[in-house]
Amino acid sequence: MRRFSFASLLSEALGGHQGWGRQWRAPDPKPSYDVVIIGGGGHGLATAYYLATVHGITNVAVLEKGWIGGGNTGRNTTIIRSNYLYDESAGIYEHALKLWEGLSQELNYNVMFSQRGVLMLAHNHHDDQSFKRHVYANRLNGIDNEWLSAEECKDFCPPLSISPDIRYPVLGGALQRRAGTARHDAVAWGYARGADARGVDIIQNCEVTGISRDASGKAIGVETTRGYIRAGRIGVVAAGNTSRVMAMADVRMPLESYPLQALVSEPVKPVFPCVVMSNAVHAYISQSDKGELVIGAGTDQYTSYSQQGGLHITTHTLDAICEIFPQFTRMRMLRSWGGIVDVTPDRSPIIGKTPVENLFVNCGWGTGGFKATPGSGHVFAHTLATGEPHKVNAPFTLDRFRTGRLIDEAAAAAVAH
Amino acid sequence: MLLIDCPFCGKRPEVEFRCGGEAHIARPANPFAVDDQAWGEHLFVRKNPRGLHAERWIHAHGCGRWFNAIRDTYTDRFVETYKAGERPSVDLSEARA
Repeated sequence: MRRFSFASLLSEALGGHQGWGRQWRAPDPKPSYDVVIIGGGGHGLATAYYLATVHGITNVAVLEKGWIGGGNTGRNTTIIRSNYLYDESAGIYEHALKLWEGLSQELNYNVMFSQRGVLMLAHNHHDDQSFKRHVYANRLNGIDNEWLSAEECKDFCPPLSISPDIRYPVLGGALQRRAGTARHDAVAWGYARGADARGVDIIQNCEVTGISRDASGKAIGVETTRGYIRAGRIGVVAAGNTSRVMAMADVRMPLESYPLQALVSEPVKPVFPCVVMSNAVHAYISQSDKGELVIGAGTDQYTSYSQQGGLHITTHTLDAICEIFPQFTRMRMLRSWGGIVDVTPDRSPIIGKTPVENLFVNCGWGTGGFKATPGSGHVFAHTLATGEPHKVNAPFTLDRFRTGRLIDEAAAAAVAH
Repeated sequence: MLLIDCPFCGKRPEVEFRCGGEAHIARPANPFAVDDQAWGEHLFVRKNPRGLHAERWIHAHGCGRWFNAIRDTYTDRFVETYKAGERPSVDLSEARA
C-alpha cells in the first residue's frame, strides 16, 4: 500500500496527478477462503479490515454484488453520534465513535470526520422529557450530551428559527458536541484499501446465489455468479437484502426492509455549522464540505426493495425544514434517492451467531447504521475470528427474539433513528 | 405515492391508508402450548420477500376498514386487493425470492 503524505501529494502534484494508480486490486475469486464476507458496504469492509489487522486473518474475501459502498454506505446522510439511551446501545455506538476519532490516521485515508456537533430538537413536552432522560443516561455512561434551551440552540445554530408561533416550535435541544459527520465514500474506500493491502480479496460484481451446507447442517461455502467458493466461516453483512441471503441457509429473520430517502440541495457557501435532527418531524440536515445541504427523510410505511420512496415523504420533511430554517425556503433540491434499510422489531442491530454453524450475521442497523461502521466491523471481526461475540456485541443476539430480552431503542427514541 | 384500490371505496391515494405489515399470520390458537421459539417467530419473524408480498392495509382516512393486498416489493406495483377473509387469486409460492 502506498502511504499518503504531504510528500506523496507534492510529488504527484508535480507530475500532474498522473501516477496515483488503483488503490485496491480487482482479483478473481480463489477456490477457498478462511472467511467469506457477503456484502461490500462499510460494515463488511470494516469487518475484513479488522480481521486482517486485529486478528491476523488475511485469507478473506469480501463479495459484493454491485460495487463497494454502492448501497446504503453511499446513500446515507453521514450522521455520527453515540447518545443512545440504553447501556447496550450506548456501548456499541460509543465504541464506534471512539474508533471514528482516530480513523483517518489509522487508515492513512482522510475520512473527513468532522465533530461539528449534532443537535436534536425538542418540539413538545414529550421530547423535552425524553431528551433530558437521554442526557442523564448518557452522562452515567460517560457519553457527552447536554441540554440547551431554545436560545442556546439558536446561538449554536444561527439559521434556526425559535419563533414560538411556528408549526414545530423549538423548546430546546440535546447537543452531543463530539458527534458529527464523515465522508461516506471515503470510509468504504479507506477500509477497502487497508484490507486489500493486507491480502483481503475484494471481489465486486459477484452476487451470492446460494449457501451450501454439509450433512450436519454446517455452512461450508457459497455459490456465486463467479463460481463456487469454499469458506471456513461466512459473515452476512447484506443490510436490506439480509432476509434474502439468510433464506439461502434456511434461516428466517426478524427483519423487514424499508426504503429510506435522502436528498441534497444545490451547493451554496457555508451556511450551516452543525447537524440538526428533528425526530418528531423526521428531518435531518447538515451541510457537506462541497456546500450541498444534505437532508434525510423518514422511511416509507411499506416494505420494499425498489430503492425509491414516495414523494410525499420527502415533501413532509422539506415542509418541516422550511419551517424550522426559513432561510432555506428558496433553496432548490438537486437529487433525491432511496436506500433499503433492514429494520428489526426493537430497532437494534443483530450481530452474532445464527442457528447454522459457521454462519454469522451482522444486520438490522435500520435507519442508523453508518455511524456504527467502525465499531460494527471491529466487533463482528472478533465474532468471526473467535466464534464468540465481543462483550460489546454480546447483547445483540438473534436469540433475543426468542428469549424476549430486547434492546428496545424504538421506544427509547420514539422513532426510527 | 401509491394509488391503492380499496375493495370498498375504489382507488385512493396512499396517504389515506396505513400499512399493517405481513398478512395471513395466524396467532397460535393456544399461546401457552407453543414454546418460546415458536412464539418468538410468531411475534417477530417476517417473510420480507423481494417480490410478491401479501400485506394488510387499513383505509384509515376513508371507510376505516382493513383489507389485504398483494404487492410486488421490487416494483411497488399492486397486483390485487381483496377483503379480509378472502384468499388471493395469485399463488405466492411461485413468487420471486
